[in-house]
Amino acid sequence: MSELAIELKGIDKSFGLVHANRNINLKVRKGTIHGIIGENGAGKSTLMSILYGFYQADYGDIIIDGKTIKIRDPNAAIAAGIGMVHQHFMLVENFTVLENIMLGAEESQILNAGITKARAELKRLEKEYALEVDPDAVIEELPVGIQQRVEILKALYRKADILILDEPTGVLTPAEADHLFRILRQLKDEGKTVLLITHKLREIMAITDEVSVMRRGEMVATRTTKDTSVEELAELMVGRRVLLRVEKGEAKPADVKLSVKNLTVRDGRGVTMVDDVSFDIRAGEIVGIAGVAGNGQSELLEAISGIRRAKSGTVLLSGREIDVTGNADPADLRRRGLAHVPEDRHHVGLVLKFEESENAILGYHDDPKYRRGMLLDVDAIRADAEAKIAAYDIRPPNPRLKTANFSGGNQQKIVLAREMERNPDVLIIGQPTRGVDVGAIEFIHKRIIEMRDQGKAVLLVSVELDEIRALSDRILVMFAGRVVGERTPDATEGELGLLMAGVEGRKEAAE
Amino acid sequence: MSVPYAKLPGWAEYGLIPLVNLAVAFLISGLVVLIVGESPLEAAYHMVNGAFGRGEYIGFTLYYTTTFIFTGLAVAVAFHCGLFNIGGEGQAYIGGIGVVLACLAFDRTLPWYLVFPIAIVGAAFFGALWAMIPGWLQAKRGSHIVITTIMFNFIAASLMNYLLNRVFKPMGSMSLETRTFDTGGQLPKLDWLMSIFGLSVGSAPFNISFVLALLAAFGVWVLIWRTRLGYEMRTMGHSPAAARYAGIKEAKIIVIAMMISGGLAGMMALNPIMGEQFRMQLDFVQGAGFVGIAVALMGRSHPAGIIPAALLFGMLYQGGAEISFEMPSISRDMIVIIQGLVILFAGALEHMFRPAITRVILGLSPKTRDAAVTKGA
Repeated sequence: MSELAIELKGIDKSFGLVHANRNINLKVRKGTIHGIIGENGAGKSTLMSILYGFYQADYGDIIIDGKTIKIRDPNAAIAAGIGMVHQHFMLVENFTVLENIMLGAEESQILNAGITKARAELKRLEKEYALEVDPDAVIEELPVGIQQRVEILKALYRKADILILDEPTGVLTPAEADHLFRILRQLKDEGKTVLLITHKLREIMAITDEVSVMRRGEMVATRTTKDTSVEELAELMVGRRVLLRVEKGEAKPADVKLSVKNLTVRDGRGVTMVDDVSFDIRAGEIVGIAGVAGNGQSELLEAISGIRRAKSGTVLLSGREIDVTGNADPADLRRRGLAHVPEDRHHVGLVLKFEESENAILGYHDDPKYRRGMLLDVDAIRADAEAKIAAYDIRPPNPRLKTANFSGGNQQKIVLAREMERNPDVLIIGQPTRGVDVGAIEFIHKRIIEMRDQGKAVLLVSVELDEIRALSDRILVMFAGRVVGERTPDATEGELGLLMAGVEGRKEAAE
Repeated sequence: MSVPYAKLPGWAEYGLIPLVNLAVAFLISGLVVLIVGESPLEAAYHMVNGAFGRGEYIGFTLYYTTTFIFTGLAVAVAFHCGLFNIGGEGQAYIGGIGVVLACLAFDRTLPWYLVFPIAIVGAAFFGALWAMIPGWLQAKRGSHIVITTIMFNFIAASLMNYLLNRVFKPMGSMSLETRTFDTGGQLPKLDWLMSIFGLSVGSAPFNISFVLALLAAFGVWVLIWRTRLGYEMRTMGHSPAAARYAGIKEAKIIVIAMMISGGLAGMMALNPIMGEQFRMQLDFVQGAGFVGIAVALMGRSHPAGIIPAALLFGMLYQGGAEISFEMPSISRDMIVIIQGLVILFAGALEHMFRPAITRVILGLSPKTRDAAVTKGA
């Protein structure tokens, strides 16, 4: 089993001045699960895109099964037996499973023969790898875990021997993730090679045979998983020692600052996304909302912060009502002491094409201190941005740099600096560390705890269960728009996982 | 998946790439001239000579430039707010009403320098009004601004047809135009400006509204980059979701941006009406509203880019007229082809040569060469 499935030699790729991959060498043994880990922007995705033919390497060789080949496009990759499961699924939502699997491999203009063949083949694959799915189910009606299975089947249908999975567990419940891992082990037993891209160290430890670490475009180390540790990998990723546990003292909850009562929110299609949700948050505590993405957390945050109109319910901010069902105005809520770090910093929290300093005032741009007469006081705005850059160690420290040119972690710090430095009473934070590197995570977590210790009421939403457990003083679990349970941070992952999957929750809600 | 563009130095981004695009457009235009059986070099000579050869020609070029600065700025302002205002043509046309009303009312009693400000306000008011309606429909009803502004161009044309026929045309006149204004409705030419350079403006209608256009360009820069309103417009333009998050009133900003855009388009009417014809004629806008789109695209919606882009199109208009005059086998339509090619390469195919240029420039820059050396070591 020491034959190599993939060998990369001296892969090098630049996008203009950005050197995304530097002289990468990688050996992946056949029939193993090989993890690739690294911070955001370390070059993992670029490397995989080269392997899958989205980009061409500037230099270097790709050797698959001992043969040096050129991968000019994904078709060439498929021909070489490489399949990829993308982070964001590439499925046609209103097609059935079967139609999606056939897509691009129809074989003839008339579909009938192909459909029969595909159905038979699909059945065989399902049996062989225990990947049961209903071939006639429409994709959009399937849970994400199953959609992912369809992606895997799609790759297998195209006779992939090497499967690349890019951050596959981001959208899964812990139980679904476990199931995925079982599938991956099965694939490995069948002789397939799996390349797992992730930033979650625990997953690497749980499932891989070997792991390669990338940092700033370079492959810094390859380890046999059983001979390494989470601490060593974290250090390799960041290049220095990292504190993985968040240190925090006891919470000292005081008055209720944010009170949500019977809040119901519907989305544009009239589907109820938040269903009769009630909770209170007191000054000096962090309330975390756990849940698989898409269970109403986003809509909850948007309704409280005045971005999305609620159907019914009341929200009290420091005792005064917010008109969540009418014309709640985000600008007004800011003045009343509500700060909001939105889940999607790329489209909501920041304007990526703006200079850093312009983003440092987004939402607060009507503050008189940024104005001089009729005009914006550009000097004051830049000075203000520089102060925040210093306080939050935002790099590079250049308020005139376009925001898109900052790394994910630094972009998030720009948002946090803006919202936290206003000294709000209530801070609501969505996905504080999504796409943020390990080094910055530590910093961000510390800041959030600091806010709590200064007596702010903090509402935290994250799909990272570890993060919720590490930061929260109380945990609410959302499933299908409802709060299905409240737990202390000592609750086990299994217990929370069941709630997140809606198993325990139904019982509890019924009581 | 798209390959991200690397950042180029400013001179390449704003100088070299537009120039290469232009050069290619002219090269292909030359081929077309060749196919017609004429000499491209001769055509090029007439183009440049016709646009800049004499003081009078320069005067004409700058007269067109003035018009295009206004319509280009109009498109740019809306564009910063994420709105594609195709209605500059109609807004400029309707803006003419404001100019005409001011001139007809005061040209016999007030001097031009008092009528001019009134006409400016009138032109901007009517242009803004005409743009406000599509803006409001977009903001409140979600009617797409591109569709509504196009429709409003036609409505404007019909409306003006009616007004010129039934309201503005003097009794007994056969042609669709207002009466000719008295001195109060006639803008002075900028012959003094030309004479500084030892040139004579001749019969060219190069007038004071050129100065207004430059002031408007500066005003737009201040608005977009130095005011809260401009900040909110740009936020909207880049990311409506971020604007909502920031508490920016979407509907209000859309309507205001469209009104400013329409006002600028309306001010274009000053140039032909008060500066050249001294009356309003049917269809006096002559497509300038659409040229404004090309000007704004080429000028990257920045006043500093719009002014040279407007100058380029002014040159194409003036020089092109000269080509068709000097070379009879090249019809006026040929000029439209050349303009079309410029728009095609500078606008639609803007990024066509970028990868190659990026490779050349970054390949030559010492920084990347060093990086390559260290990598080899």
